Amino acid sequence: MAQQIFAYIVHKDGVPDDSAMELAAAAKKIDAGAALTAIVMGSGDNVDKVANAVASAYSEVWKVNKAEVAYPNAEIIRGMLVNMLPKGSIVLVPHVTFGMDLSPGLSVKLDTAYVADVVGIDGVSGSSLKIVRQEYSGQVSTHVECDISAGAVINVRGGCFKPEEANAGGKVVDKTADAGSVTAKRRFLEVVKGEVGEVDITKADVLVSVGRGIGEQDNLEIIRDLAKAMGAEVSCSRPIVDAKWLEKPRQVGTSGQTVKPKVYMALGISGSFQHLGGIKGSPFMVAINKNSKAPIFQVADVGVVADMLEFIPELTDKINDMK
Amino acid sequence: MEILVCVKRVPDTSENEIEVNKDGTDIKRDDLVYSVNEWDNYAVEEAIQIVDRVGGSVTVVTVGDSDSEEILRREMAMGANNGILLSDDAFATTDGKGIATILKAIVQKGKYDLILTGAQADDGAGQVGGMLAAMLDMPYASLVNKIEDLDGKLKVGREIEGGNQEMNEIDLPCVLSIQTGINEPRYVGIRGIRKVASVDIPVHGLSDLGISADAIKAKVKRLDYFVPELGKGAEILEGSNDEIIEKLIELLKSKGGIK
Ligand SMILES: Cc1cc2nc3c(=O)[nH]c(=O)nc-3n(C[C@H](O)[C@H](O)[C@H](O)COP(=O)(O)OP(=O)(O)OC[C@H]3O[C@@H](n4cnc5c(N)ncnc54)[C@H](O)[C@@H]3O)c2cc1C
Repeated sequence: MAQQIFAYIVHKDGVPDDSAMELAAAAKKIDAGAALTAIVMGSGDNVDKVANAVASAYSEVWKVNKAEVAYPNAEIIRGMLVNMLPKGSIVLVPHVTFGMDLSPGLSVKLDTAYVADVVGIDGVSGSSLKIVRQEYSGQVSTHVECDISAGAVINVRGGCFKPEEANAGGKVVDKTADAGSVTAKRRFLEVVKGEVGEVDITKADVLVSVGRGIGEQDNLEIIRDLAKAMGAEVSCSRPIVDAKWLEKPRQVGTSGQTVKPKVYMALGISGSFQHLGGIKGSPFMVAINKNSKAPIFQVADVGVVADMLEFIPELTDKINDMK
Repeated sequence: MEILVCVKRVPDTSENEIEVNKDGTDIKRDDLVYSVNEWDNYAVEEAIQIVDRVGGSVTVVTVGDSDSEEILRREMAMGANNGILLSDDAFATTDGKGIATILKAIVQKGKYDLILTGAQADDGAGQVGGMLAAMLDMPYASLVNKIEDLDGKLKVGREIEGGNQEMNEIDLPCVLSIQTGINEPRYVGIRGIRKVASVDIPVHGLSDLGISADAIKAKVKRLDYFVPELGKGAEILEGSNDEIIEKLIELLKSKGGIK
């Protein structure tokens, strides 16, 4: 394998995303000897701050400092990457909302293979890269073989590779001129901040969190009763908010709130990575789910395999009796 | 506004426990309940609402086998005007880029202002919309959770991390992938399904679409399915309900879970 590997660095307010060092680690799993280049795009002082911050893990950092990418517009960035990247490159991009926006189209424009949401890399043999993915919201895993002879764009899920610390001592190279100018048919307007609710689940010590397993809106009563008995706040997974059964500020996950409770009760929640991505500080986690193979049981401390509609009222009664 | 919505028939994960078959070549498919990919259903609802506002028509298209016809009919019962089935043995082994190539061919046979896909489907790849847009040289936005019509363009909100929303202006024609929660998909009753039961749904294969088998040859192939390696894993509480509850309460108390 004689291909160059690039990592696209996502950053905010001059600070690289956690993915920056994880991509370097993923790249080493593809080819420990490959030249490894980080790409930092943005506008103003932030670009230098980010470029210097990631340099230790990359052999080289390409920086692009342009007003058009002050906000990461995927269409413009895609055009610039196509201008800059050598043919046949392997491009790693974090599997975040920006990465999902950029990557599939980038692979088409670079005429390479594309693999989304990668959780593991099993190495290369010839021009075949062996990758681990998950399907059906993490209920099953697959090995995927990807033909990288013409290059590849690979989205890497956060938290799956141990961040690289090695000191590669990379030099920062200004590639602004090579990026060229790109006109976009999609123009960024503004970021609208999420609504703030009456309750702040991010401050709660104990969360009773309900997922699609609750079945019907009326059944939410049993969750409220349990939360009341425990002195906890009610939070939820995304389908409960999509159905408008609870307000958005109660949603835990990457597109919801990041919570840091001491105790987290996951009730009828399967344990998708987007949900778990909103839980920090490894709380004591109890999962109640009727499917003994639900992914949530891999991360919970304690599990109960049961129908929550029967189990929870009993649990609530016992807690109330005890008091 | 002429809108094309790309949909997929998938095993319903809220109705099934997905398991790997004995030799790891596939998931166990015998007793699976299938339905429309959840994200696609929101996309179809959104298309119908746009057409209700500004006029035009909604066409639903899927790449799949003959069983996929049922989901086209379901979406037509919801209010989509036309259905198209893209079916060919050669499609079965392709990858995401192949699917986008097939869809591109049908887009070019029509005249659409707006093409919608779901944000992702059963394989969680979320790739088809972005690839299709790039192949068609149309602008693209993923994870769209708000659409407002402007003259000759749209204002779209993309969902980004932390419950925030990124607003963009996007020219037509364009491709958008739709995120759940953008609307409340309407209920489809038996009556509605019956009404479209005998509507003709055209089927196109490889040669009708003018695609070569080589153009959809997979670069990315699934080798096997396996059960994810267990982490440390939860301690599963066993015993009678009473015993389990007693143990659980003790644990919760000791961790500060009961105030
Ligand atoms: C870009 C993006 C961002 C996302 N952001 C988020 C996010 O911020 N937060 C989030 O939660 N999700 C998010 N999602 C959605 C996520 O991928 C999952 O679809 C979602 O988390 C699933 O929610 P769930 O576990 O409640 O439902 P399901 O996955 O449907 O799981 C329901 C579970 O309940 C169990 N169950 C069913 N009935 C019972 C019963 N009677 N008793 C006990 N158990 C039962 C089932 O076995 C199953 O495990 C996002 C997705 C995308 C694409």
